[in-house]
Amino acid sequence: MITALSTLLLCQLIGETLTRWLMLPLPGPVLGMLLLFLWLSLRGGPGDALRQGSQHVLQHLSLLFVPAGTGIVLHLHRVGDEWLPLLLSLLISTVLTLVVTATVMRLCQRHPAEPQA
Amino acid sequence: MTEPIAQIWVYLAASPLLGLTLTLLAYQTAFALFQRSGQHPLANPVMIAVAILAIFLWLTGTAYETYFAGAQFVHFMLGPATVALAVPLYTQFRRVSSLLTPILAGLLAGSLTAIVSAVLVGRLFGASASTQLSLAPKSVTTPIAMGIAERIGGLPSLTAVLVIFTGVLGAISARHIFDAIKVHDPAIRGFALGVASHGIGTARALQVNEQSGAFAALAMGLNGLLTALLLPLISQWLVR
Repeated sequence: MITALSTLLLCQLIGETLTRWLMLPLPGPVLGMLLLFLWLSLRGGPGDALRQGSQHVLQHLSLLFVPAGTGIVLHLHRVGDEWLPLLLSLLISTVLTLVVTATVMRLCQRHPAEPQA
Repeated sequence: MTEPIAQIWVYLAASPLLGLTLTLLAYQTAFALFQRSGQHPLANPVMIAVAILAIFLWLTGTAYETYFAGAQFVHFMLGPATVALAVPLYTQFRRVSSLLTPILAGLLAGSLTAIVSAVLVGRLFGASASTQLSLAPKSVTTPIAMGIAERIGGLPSLTAVLVIFTGVLGAISARHIFDAIKVHDPAIRGFALGVASHGIGTARALQVNEQSGAFAALAMGLNGLLTALLLPLISQWLVR
């Protein structure tokens, strides 16, 4: 677990440093993910420690969103005033995005390239 | 309350211990309910845990800032967890490279749909300009979305909440929508869920199957990147 955690933190640290230094528009952890991915590609895969450690961290990924979600208590007024546009916007936009993304992917998969699976 | 209990409360309310413990307990309760429901998407653990915590904070009159002083340790783990998504991504990479064209086309279409439809529907039903700007990055993972909201003039903390609810809505509805439009490929299901519903969609996809999870993680990263590049360019034209 320690090996995995230090690997993950190190990638994040390098990611955060590089995005600030080079003023990249993407956040440090996402660059960290790309860096770890490149490192895994060079090494030919994660070791057992990293594989298990990342599985542990990702198993309860949902938990990590709870503190930010609880921030709704800061916005009860606005949510109370604008609940209808907020609700409809989130609902319609989320459903549309799912449908459009999946449909476009399926169309591109069927027509130009030869599908493998 | 008797005097000693009140004093203990004063101590607890000021220490990070309470916020951290409450977050874990609320999530554990929510997750147990989720399991008991047979992992029914409507029993989404994030939504239930947030509801439990919001009611607790309201009943005890605790400020969010006080709660967050403890909960920030959980929040912090979002960073390393995002990095950890590289591992499922790596194990699924062969499939990813064989689907490169659909991935790029789906990403561009999905990312634009998410931004434009969120703002236009909000505007149509009377959302204020700052609410529209806070809605625009709602399909992107929390840390990126907050950064974008700040840059384009939205409210980062409102965006964080909208992001979470977008994630929950996607996690709840995805299965039914994909079944209705007859999309069965786990790679496409995962990728579309990651574009629409970022990390919460990814968490849901990982529960269903590893390939879906890897594609959701990829979609989350790519959509974060694309939205961060696109949105500052188009927000002035969209929001009114």
